[in-house]
Amino acid sequence: MAKELLEGNEAFAEAAVRAGLEAYFGYPITPQSEALEHLSKRLPELDRVFLQAESEVAAINMVYGAACAGVRVMTSSSSPGISLMQEGLSYIACSEVPVVLVNVMRGGPGLGNIQPAQGDYFQAVKMAGHGDFHMIVLAPANVQELINHMMLAFDLAEKYRTITMVVADGSIGQIMEPAELPPMRPVRSPEERADWALTGAQNRDPNTITSLYLGAENLEEVNLRLQAKLEKIAENEVRSKEYDTEDADLLLVAFGTVGRICQTVVRDAREQGLNVGLLRPVTLWPFPDQRIAELAEQVEGILVVEMNAGQMVQDVSLAVDGRCPVEFYGRMGGVVPLADEILSEVQKLAGDVKGGQEAD
Amino acid sequence: MATVDIAETMEVVYDYPDSLTEADTHYCPGCTHGTIHRLVAEVLDELDVRERTIGIAPVGCSVLAYNYFNTDFAEAAHGRAPAMATGLKRVNPDSVVFTYQGDGDLAAIGTAEIIHAANRGELITTVFVNNAIYGMTGGQMAPTTLPGQVTTSSPTGRDVQAAGHPIRMAELIGGLPGAAYVTRQAVFDVRGIRRTKQALKAAFRAQLEGLGFTMVEVLSTCNTNWGMSPQEALDWAEEHMVDYFPLGDTKVSEDVRALMGA
Repeated sequence: MAKELLEGNEAFAEAAVRAGLEAYFGYPITPQSEALEHLSKRLPELDRVFLQAESEVAAINMVYGAACAGVRVMTSSSSPGISLMQEGLSYIACSEVPVVLVNVMRGGPGLGNIQPAQGDYFQAVKMAGHGDFHMIVLAPANVQELINHMMLAFDLAEKYRTITMVVADGSIGQIMEPAELPPMRPVRSPEERADWALTGAQNRDPNTITSLYLGAENLEEVNLRLQAKLEKIAENEVRSKEYDTEDADLLLVAFGTVGRICQTVVRDAREQGLNVGLLRPVTLWPFPDQRIAELAEQVEGILVVEMNAGQMVQDVSLAVDGRCPVEFYGRMGGVVPLADEILSEVQKLAGDVKGGQEAD
Repeated sequence: MATVDIAETMEVVYDYPDSLTEADTHYCPGCTHGTIHRLVAEVLDELDVRERTIGIAPVGCSVLAYNYFNTDFAEAAHGRAPAMATGLKRVNPDSVVFTYQGDGDLAAIGTAEIIHAANRGELITTVFVNNAIYGMTGGQMAPTTLPGQVTTSSPTGRDVQAAGHPIRMAELIGGLPGAAYVTRQAVFDVRGIRRTKQALKAAFRAQLEGLGFTMVEVLSTCNTNWGMSPQEALDWAEEHMVDYFPLGDTKVSEDVRALMGA
């Protein structure tokens, strides 16, 4: 298929359709409503299920219900809407039904604004709801990657019976750029649904899907099983992209839109003779901590750049564990940092590192 | 002396419905959940839909309903059963889907979900058990607690000026265009139990015919949290609940009327 000029929100919606999406439940919220609008036309055309729910609370529980039936189902929202879905996410995580959701992040806290931001990093990777669980979190940096991540998100969700969240931000959701959509995958037939699915207890014992385990030891056993699964995901599914890291003395770490801007920063810095590289985490959970630890042995300093007050920098610092200095630069409230701003931070870091060495 | 094989000579006149498991329930002695579970199960058996049925359990005393029904089941978050049922039914249109919810679940925390599921005319059946109190959490005031009724969170009796009025859900839901059949029944005596079963059967039949949303509100008791014996609770409910929550249909669409007449 050829490249087309595609808007991020419509592109991920169409990519989901082509990944075999059977049902979508959602609630309008800027800056991702184009996805819901696209699916409101597209899914009925294909005789699949689209429903606009009365709230994000209802939407995630409709998703939960459909996931219990063993179909490919998703929702999408933006920051305040994801907060409302957290109750459902916790139930889904414990019940181990596969679900995909997209968070096109906007400025917060509160109603915030509708500008692109990355303030939901902690929510996505640390605490998507009450109790001990993680979602797999994919962070695309452009429309093509957003499309590719939708296919991957369903595969991972089903492989591990877990939640996969794709976190974009308002600029990836609303940007238009050339990208290629995948070919249409066939939708699963009802006979192909998993043996745990709720389809009616015909010629088998009834299936139950629950997140209630009243005995302490029963619930601990469930938690141990969930943790073992998360460990397996952490072993197998870490993804990151690197740019000019082979000979880097300084390392940038950034995800999503800022990760993309940092590619420009690397180019500009190298033109000025600074050996700068970039590591862009593609999975925010599991986090590429081992690779960051390796690079921390090689470089003299790390600059983490985010569109928030400093969230991923905590995970980077944990991974680095004192091997080299870790600095942070962030913009908030929907302000997208310019390459030049970041470059001057890189220059500062380069000066500090050099100054520190001279002082030694 | 000759021995008699009892199994050969006696007829089974009362047994578990296929749609119930034989598990011992956790319900208090005197609780009416057991009665209502059995009525639902008898209806599923009589309509021969057990193998197509998916139930959604609420949060509340009937949270473990999936241990007692011999059908596929999911356990919802508090109040969200109608949303889960919507998702399940939309992707499994040939299934029979029902929610089983109490008054706190349906009429407080889940008010948005039940109203919108009903208003969309979701092809599901809701069994709404109203006993005017939060049972599982220890007898707190419910949205359906009667004026003046003492609970652990309305210790001097429900003051409607401060706590609002008990909410009549059958009337509220019956007023929505998507609802095909909505009724309020009670299981305080044999006649009421029979009528409740008829209502449940009508509701599930309407679902099978695709006529719209159906709900059977069942007035029930909580002798434990009301601080009464089972019989006192039944008598108290008959005397006090029915005045505020009148029995009868609040919505019977023309299609449902035709179905019931047929």
